[in-house]
Amino acid sequence: MIDLLTIFVLAVFVGFEVVSKVSTILHTPLMSGANAIHGVILVGAILITGSAESTLELVLGLLAVFLATVNVVGGFVVTDRMLEMFRK
Amino acid sequence: MTTVGLMYLVASLCFILALKGLSSPKYARYGNLVGAFGMLVAVVTAYVHGVVHNGLWILVAIALGVVVGIPAARSVKMTAIPQMVALFNGVGGAAAALVALAEFFAVPDTTVMFRLATVLTVLIGSVSFSGSVVTFLKLQELMTTRPVLLPAGQQLAIAAAVSSVALCALTMAVPNGFLLWLLAVVGLALGVLFVLPVGGADVPIAISLLNAFTGLAVAASGYVLANTLLIVAGTLVGASGTILTRLMAQAMGRSLANILFGAFKATTAAVQGEEQRTVKSGTVEDVAILLGYANNVVVVPGYGLAVAQAQHAVRELVSTLEKRGVAVSYGIHPVAGRMPGHMNVLLAEADVPYEQLKELDDVNPGITSVDVAVVVGANDVVNPGARDEPSSPIYGMPIFDVDRAKSVVFMKRSMRPGFAGVDNELLYNPKTTLLFGDAKDSLTKLLAAVKQL
Repeated sequence: MIDLLTIFVLAVFVGFEVVSKVSTILHTPLMSGANAIHGVILVGAILITGSAESTLELVLGLLAVFLATVNVVGGFVVTDRMLEMFRK
Repeated sequence: MTTVGLMYLVASLCFILALKGLSSPKYARYGNLVGAFGMLVAVVTAYVHGVVHNGLWILVAIALGVVVGIPAARSVKMTAIPQMVALFNGVGGAAAALVALAEFFAVPDTTVMFRLATVLTVLIGSVSFSGSVVTFLKLQELMTTRPVLLPAGQQLAIAAAVSSVALCALTMAVPNGFLLWLLAVVGLALGVLFVLPVGGADVPIAISLLNAFTGLAVAASGYVLANTLLIVAGTLVGASGTILTRLMAQAMGRSLANILFGAFKATTAAVQGEEQRTVKSGTVEDVAILLGYANNVVVVPGYGLAVAQAQHAVRELVSTLEKRGVAVSYGIHPVAGRMPGHMNVLLAEADVPYEQLKELDDVNPGITSVDVAVVVGANDVVNPGARDEPSSPIYGMPIFDVDRAKSVVFMKRSMRPGFAGVDNELLYNPKTTLLFGDAKDSLTKLLAAVKQL
């Protein structure tokens, strides 16, 4: 348990550090990109559905897989579309 | 197991590099692609090593998600990006809550830490989902964009917050499926009550905060599943999202507390005394002469420009003016559009050169020597009330001081107030000429008139 907590604390600092300086131009794409990254819950959804025993677990899990996939693909695609505009 | 761990490590590194890349204009696009690659690695690893059964079902659900997500992200108009991001954020939060619920029913009897992580995931995920849905409704203007103050809304919000904490404690003491469902419902109510009083221009900040919330929910779900990748990625988003929210609030010159809870305090905004005040409206020809013979022009575009899809029209007008020897630049407010940086995206889409985009600090010091400031579809970002009137709901937000330019042309569809719902003193300024009509229509006519000069 303490291992997981260590990882959590370190990740907090990394998260603060990577975005501490960012120009306003990139606020929207950065938010959108971070939004896509938390779609990683898809991994959790797949694991939980892959070992589901009851119908309830299966239904909850599959719904989570569906929603998380929308989060992931939608998030990355929409961010890419935004950043495409900056390519000059 | 080691392979799986290594793959998750690779994915975690990709996510860190993605956020790093997204913070710099040069590498932003690569950053996003690196993030997508990391996601692919993570998902394939989870599927190959973690799925015991239901594999086909999972693939079907993923396929459905792709079929829904990609066309939605591809077809959304650039003007509607903020609400799309809100929706994607909301479904992520819902997914986290569902994962924690499913895991609870799979393994109901466990340690205290595990239960704590479970209740937190369910609560934060639910808040993020319903809150995001409300922000979507507001930005899509399916409901009012003004702050909504329910009778006893503050008491209701406090009651929901207190009962959710109580339910968390109770569920940890007595692990019970019904209590967990109840917690999810209270979380949904809390999310709605939390976002309803946030009004107008502040909604994007609420989205950013909910984005950080979803990150935290994902991190908490990582504890539930003892999965380091979820902890790392969720925490990264939670931490960076919090910083980003603060940066956005700073760009608007507001404190976060003021944005989230300001509506509770602001009892009555100053009542406008005079109902009928005179404004000066001009013809397209008047404005064309004003612009054509100016030396120095600043264009301040706003969300209305984007709604009218007039980015290209404004660019054409600007290049025609430049051919006549007029120096033109664009004044881009940090929150022009609906989100920080949104306007830059929209103008970049119309091929406006990056160098012409000027920020507040570049424009305001020299504003008194500007001959004409053209305000197109913007309102709140040029409202002098934000600078001069402490009673104004947008007081403190930095603005373009266009009222100090030699003259102002205000293109407006109607006398309706801006997104924040505040009356604008600039409209009644004797220096201001109003040009009523659809932004694109007016600009096209103006372009023709300037060419005639």
